Amino acid sequence: MLDLTAHALAKKIQSGETSAREAAEIANSRVEEVESDVNAFVTTTPELALERADLVDARNEDRNLWEGVPLVVKDVLSTRGVRTTCGSQMLKDFTPLYDASALSNFGDDLVMVGKANMDEFAMGSSTENSSYGVTRNPWDLERVPGGSSGGSAAAVAAGMGWWALGTDTGGSVRQPAALCGIVGLKPTYGRVSRYGLIAFASSLDQIGPMTRDVRDSALLLQAIAGHDPRDSTSANVEVPDYLANLEDGVRGLRVGVVTELMEEGIDSGVQEIVQKTIAGLEEAGAEVGEVSLPHSRYGLAAYYIIAPAELSSNLARFDGVRYGYRSPDASGVHEMYRQTREEGFGDEAKRRIMLGTYALSSGYYDAYYAQAQKVRTRIVEDFRGAFSQYDVLVSPTSPSVAFEIGSKTDDPLAMYAQDVCAVPMSLAGIPAISVPGGLSDGLPVGVQLMSDHFTEPMLLRAARAVEQAVDFEFALKPQ
Amino acid sequence: MISEEQVRHVANLARLGLTDEEIGRMSGQLGAILESIDRIGELDLDGVPPTANPLNLTNVLRPDEPRVELPREEALSLAPDAVDDLFAVPRID
Repeated sequence: MLDLTAHALAKKIQSGETSAREAAEIANSRVEEVESDVNAFVTTTPELALERADLVDARNEDRNLWEGVPLVVKDVLSTRGVRTTCGSQMLKDFTPLYDASALSNFGDDLVMVGKANMDEFAMGSSTENSSYGVTRNPWDLERVPGGSSGGSAAAVAAGMGWWALGTDTGGSVRQPAALCGIVGLKPTYGRVSRYGLIAFASSLDQIGPMTRDVRDSALLLQAIAGHDPRDSTSANVEVPDYLANLEDGVRGLRVGVVTELMEEGIDSGVQEIVQKTIAGLEEAGAEVGEVSLPHSRYGLAAYYIIAPAELSSNLARFDGVRYGYRSPDASGVHEMYRQTREEGFGDEAKRRIMLGTYALSSGYYDAYYAQAQKVRTRIVEDFRGAFSQYDVLVSPTSPSVAFEIGSKTDDPLAMYAQDVCAVPMSLAGIPAISVPGGLSDGLPVGVQLMSDHFTEPMLLRAARAVEQAVDFEFALKPQ
Repeated sequence: MISEEQVRHVANLARLGLTDEEIGRMSGQLGAILESIDRIGELDLDGVPPTANPLNLTNVLRPDEPRVELPREEALSLAPDAVDDLFAVPRID
């Protein structure tokens, strides 16, 4: 049963061939087997998983297909009654009073394996910025799983739960999915409610499925998508059936390869796998061409202004007053703010709060934040032009395969460069998915596909075609 | 470059305590990051409208209707300190 996809398991639970209870027991025992090596979780919830699985089994009518399949939830999503840390000391004892809206379609009996480790407040590309230890890549325990949703990616790759939710602000679902050999989807901005997602950069954050295959991704998206009056940026756009046309193939689909993301800075092994994948799509009937996104060269710079600017504002709420950590010995309220934040935040959070505050401060606002917002407009226009010629665009997800733990921790710029292929799509708010394309030096390479706003059915169909064209099969790691 | 004095000023704006060692390190690291970010200044973007939100949403409104929200007691249950049904903080200085 451990080898099944989430979708296949869901069908077995629905038909009564197996039970949610049995699935939860298997997930729990896999956690016991490999979690000490991988450290994918901040908190595991084995009893809760069993309790809720029993509730799902007892309610055997009127069940959605996705119910009862054990899920891993990134520790940035609020879960009622279950500690939610965001990988930070600031929230080490924080127990939310309500569930994130994205979980609402699972009802009150979401079978949750645990809360996945992450870079603090989702800032990072390696999960090394967690206050709860480094998560190890199940493919090679000396390497990072990517980030910031590294715990979610590692848990899925290791079979500790069948699927996971991550969040993506500038690649945080796609890049760890690529580095761990799984599928990671960042939906269109606004497709999934952000209510109960502890905010990093509000104009970029989006919750997404991290799964064993594309079919699982479509099913989990079905479970989390939808309008939510509690999130005014959630889109009031009808949710289509993401599974209906999944197998329709790519014949006649116009596929554009992004030239700027196939140049210098992308490892040759990664380029090779992406090229092979493109050839596979062509063989399957897609019409392939090249497309330029000239302002994508400025994507990283614009992102590293806009995201820190937004987070410096969002993280102002961690002031020791209403929830979270408070430094105990301050004599006045200002000292309390400063000490609480000094002691509660880690290095990267501090760095980005400083960067964002600087970019928004008097005298620098126009040169940085206002200019970055205009670059963002140019990036949006680049994509608009590309989508007038092509249905789907292709690029690598990450410039390299998984790197060694500790190899980039002293160099923030080298770490930020990991996001180079992922941030333009975040800035434009378009959906993008990473699908394993094969191995380079024995490590998985992700191929990124992207399409226009709210065209996830087509994107998933193309991703499914990639999955069928390439030489890669999901297999549990470590074995 | 960003001077240690600027780092102190920005840290104060952000109400973020930093040790002298952190201030020194931050000065170098922020300087390097800003240098790589400065390239966006190369672009002539006069007259280009800014994008604040990828869906260009403006003024999303909902009916202003009363509904049951988080009870006070529950909201205060997470507070580091509460007195008389209110959040409590150290002396305002």
